[in-house]
Order: sequence, then structure tokens, then C-alpha cells
Amino acid sequence: MTAPFRKHALALATLLALAAAPFLGFGDGFALSLLARAMILGMAAVSLSLLVGGAGLVSLGHAATMGIGAYTVVAFDAAGVSEGLIVFPAAIAAAAAYALVTGAVSLRTSGVHFIMITLAFGQMAFFTTSSFSSLGGDDGYTLYARTEWLGTRILDNRLTFHFLCLGLLALVWVGGNLLLGSRFGRVLRAARENPQRALAVGFQPYPYRLVAYVMAGAVGGLAGALLANATEFVSPALLSWTRSGELLFMVILGGVGQIGGAILGALAIVLLEESLSHLMVYWRLVFGPLLVLSVLFLPDGLVGAPLRLRAAIRFASPKRRNADA
Amino acid sequence: MSMLLVQALNGLQFGVLLFLVAAGLSLVFGVMDLINLAHGVQYMLGAYVAATLGVWTGSFWLGALLAMPVALLVGLALEWLVFRHLYRRDHLSQVLATFGVILTVEEATRALWGSAPQTVLEPSGLTGGPMGGVEIVAGLIYPTYRLVIIGVGIVVPLLLWFLVERTRAGMLVRAGATHPAMVSALGVDIRRLFTVVFAFGAMLAGFAGALASPIFPVAPGMGDTVLILCFVVIVIGGVGSIRGAFIAALLVGLLDSVGRAMLPDLLRLVLDPSSARQTGAALASMLVYIVMAAILFFRPAGLFPGGRAA
Repeated sequence: MTAPFRKHALALATLLALAAAPFLGFGDGFALSLLARAMILGMAAVSLSLLVGGAGLVSLGHAATMGIGAYTVVAFDAAGVSEGLIVFPAAIAAAAAYALVTGAVSLRTSGVHFIMITLAFGQMAFFTTSSFSSLGGDDGYTLYARTEWLGTRILDNRLTFHFLCLGLLALVWVGGNLLLGSRFGRVLRAARENPQRALAVGFQPYPYRLVAYVMAGAVGGLAGALLANATEFVSPALLSWTRSGELLFMVILGGVGQIGGAILGALAIVLLEESLSHLMVYWRLVFGPLLVLSVLFLPDGLVGAPLRLRAAIRFASPKRRNADA
Repeated sequence: MSMLLVQALNGLQFGVLLFLVAAGLSLVFGVMDLINLAHGVQYMLGAYVAATLGVWTGSFWLGALLAMPVALLVGLALEWLVFRHLYRRDHLSQVLATFGVILTVEEATRALWGSAPQTVLEPSGLTGGPMGGVEIVAGLIYPTYRLVIIGVGIVVPLLLWFLVERTRAGMLVRAGATHPAMVSALGVDIRRLFTVVFAFGAMLAGFAGALASPIFPVAPGMGDTVLILCFVVIVIGGVGSIRGAFIAALLVGLLDSVGRAMLPDLLRLVLDPSSARQTGAALASMLVYIVMAAILFFRPAGLFPGGRAA
């Protein structure tokens, strides 16, 4: 196995499993809608991972971009427009515009300030959507129909929708990796590792970070537009700050080092939430401590877990100890 | 005009509560470099415990008083269980682990008390009856209890200032914020200092929650709103600065209250009534964040940058 293949093996395996899932007994409506939600949240998580792992920007307001994408779909629906060629680009553009404006302010700060400010802006978006009384206010808005493409309602087919989400997720993942490997991505990583040195070499981190922030916002908008179609219902809860926290959890559970980890993280969390909420009413009493424990004991996420396990076994095995002695 | 005065007083009183929570948050961040999202949980617990113990003992004041040691103990327990292991970790881990604590504690609150807002006893023994008021200017009656909160909000910051600036413990806290390694090298148990500061901050937040319980609905999630506004306060005031937090808290409280009351009326001058009400409400809830963005645009480190420069 070559090194780059091994690096992406886990994410690739997850994507393949998602492609095979409808034909392995997960083809019913319930399973497909669950997987669609996981893939869409995974897309948003991958874009957030690009910011967190790539640029070192911990945003606690990423759900806002998703919410703005979803609310764009809803606003067009209320106006009687449901053509995908209009709605989807508009959703992406709206989320990117939000990211541009809030990013321009937030990126002037760093560290904890950045976390707090992205959270505050996310909250601002949340309150703004709750005050749209023509779009249902706090109660949310039920879509009249899913988005059409050139007048045909292809998204209504669950299997088509499944593979559309999967294709876009794969595209975002490949695109993100290409971006991180490019010159642009290397500047981002350099500015994360050592801002002073990046500056000394002649790179202003600010414009690079802003572009990355806008790109992540655009992907968030795309995910939001898909999510509105998947659930056919949008409410301000989509923009709540706990949603942003969940996206961050997906990123760190998957492993910050690789953006592909976010896909695995999203899948794990959506499935965990679903099964826990079936088992008990107060399922967060288990979910919350699990989150804390995973942060304390899995610093490299699920992607890093096999490596840690292998290291621990090697350290504990008597053969190794003899070799050392 | 009297309407504006009432809103200004409401804003002042909300700002004071924000300060009590933000002060602890800012201290904990300044001294330990820990970003603690779960600080709002202490505020929520303070309100719940005050409400429940108030009903049990039959006196709101007794309940509020008892809420403080409870908040202190919960703070100590959480520090020992979770936060202690996060001091050396990056901010991302801190955000997530404390987020997990919020989910857990809020869910536990829901399981113990239910999702409905709690009944809170009225504070007794004030002039003009339990929830009565006093005439502050001719023809304007303002609730006494709210004036009490404002009074507390003037006394506590003064005490806090004295504690931090004029006592030996305060000196250690200030030194620990800027030069933790040196303080440790001089023989001060920095771990214990951290624990004390943390517990103190938790107690202040619990106290704020107890004070707020008669005037705001006591329900799960009440801590989140306050927590996020406290972040705004800290960002505007400058991280680690108590003075900055105080001024910013009053500013945020005033902006929020006055904006909510005045913006719809102001917009009516240029828009028709129904759209003025809608845009006014939307703008009012955004106002605090817009002002924050504006301040940061000119002063990225806040109004009073101090403490740890990170």
C-alpha cells in the first residue's frame, strides 16, 4: 500500500460503504433518510474540518452557513420558485456572502476571540431567522415540494437523492484534499503552524484565511440546501449553537488531522444519536459524557484510534519489552 | 421619556447580571487560559436550586443564599472531574469537552425538574409588598426587587475590585494570569489557586442565576443565552479585564433592553407599522452583535485589552 492511499483508506472505505449501503439491506426509507442526513452533515463537517485542521480556525458558528443555505431554499419556496438551477447557486452564494462579511470581521482576531465571535455571529443569524415571521418564525417552515431540476422532480427519488448526496460529499472531500495539497493550502497550513514565519516569508495570512472561510461557508450553504430537501422542513433550530458544537464534535471525533475523518465522525454521531434516542428519553445523559470522554481519551479521533491502539499493544507486549531490554 | 428611563433601568439590571456571570468566565480564562462553555450551566443551576430551596424553606432569600454554596460545590466537582484535565489542552478540546458538560447537565436538569419553567417564590420583605415598587420619579413606580439587583450589581464589582487589586489572594490571581510559571516557581501551589478561582467564578454565576430567578423564566437552556451574551461582553471588554467586563456588560444590557423597546417605534417613523414591528424586532436582536462587530473592527482586542494577550 502506498502512503497516500493508506492515509485516505478509512475515508474511502466509509464512502464505499455508503455507496453499497442501499443494496445491503439499508434501502428502506428510514435508513436512507438517516444516511442522507449523515452525509449532508458530513459535508458541512468536512468543510469545517478544512478550517479547523487546515487553517487552525476553530469556528463555533458553522451551523449558521448551513442554516442560511436551508433558509434560502425556503425563501425561494415561499416565493414560488423551486428550480434547482436558481435555488442551489443562490443558497451557496448567500452562505458565502455571510461568511465573507462575518469572516472579514472575525478573522481580524484569533484564538479564543475567534471562537467567541463566530459563536456570536452564529447566534445573530439564529435570532434573525427566528424573526422571519413570514417563514414561520420559531416554528419553522415546511417545504411545499423538493427542489426541481429543469422542471423535473428527480430529487423525490430516495435512491437518486442518496447518490447525489454521496457524489457531492465525495466531491467536497476530494476538492478539500486537493486544496490542502495546493500552494494555497500550504500557505494556510504554514500560517497555522507559525504565523510569524509565514509573515516573514512574505505571506499575509488574512486574505488566505478569508478565502478559506468563504469556501467553507459556500460548502456549508450547499449542505444546508440539501438538508432542507432531505427533511423538507427548516426551522431556526438548524442554526442553534448546539448544532455548531455538534459539527465541531464530528470533526474532532473523526480526527482533526485529516478532513476525511469528518465523514466518519458525522456518520458515527448521527447513528449514535439515533440509536440512543430510541433507547431512552434522556439520551444526552449518555451522549454528553461520551463526548467528554472522547475528547479526554481520543485526542487524535477515530482515525487515530487504530494507531494508538497498535502503539499501546506494542508497548505492552512482552516481546517488545525484551527487545528493549 | 419615563419609558426610556424604565428601559434604561431594566438594561442596567440585566447588564449587572451579565457582569456577575462574565466576571467568573473572564477570571477563569485570564488565569487558567480555559475557555469554559459550561459556565452558563452554573447560572442555570443557581436559578434552579434557588427556586427549589426557596419553595422548600418558604423564603426566596434563604433559597438564594443556599444556592451559592451549592453552585460552589458543583463547580468544584466539575473542576475535579473534567476541567482539571483540560488546562494543558488546546482551545478546541476545551470547547468540546465543556460543550459535552453542558449537554449532560442540561439533560440532567430536564430529567430532574422537567422541561417546564419552575415556580419561584416572590422575594418578600421589600417596600411596597413582595413584587411592589417604589416611586423613583414623580408618577413612575419601579419594582423594588429590580432596584435591589442593581444595588447588588454596584456592590459586588467593588468587592471584586478590592479582592483582586488589594489583597494577597488577588495579587496571586493577577500574577498567575500573566506569569503562571514564575508564580509556580516562587512556591505558590498554582493548581490550588486555579481551583479556588474556578470555584469562586462558579459561585458568582450561581449567585447571578439565583438573583435572576424571580424575573426571568427558570427553564433548561436559560444558561445558553446568558453564556453567549457573556462572550460578547468579554470580547467587547477585552479578555481577562474585570473593568472592561463591567463596562461592556452594562453596555450590552442597555443596548439589548433599550433596543428591543425603542427600535420598533423608531422604525415606525420610516416604515409602515407591521413591517416596522418585524424589522424592529429582528434588528433589536441583532443590535448587540452589530455593535460588537463594529467595536472589534476598530479595536480587535476589545475596549480594555488586559491580562493574557492571546
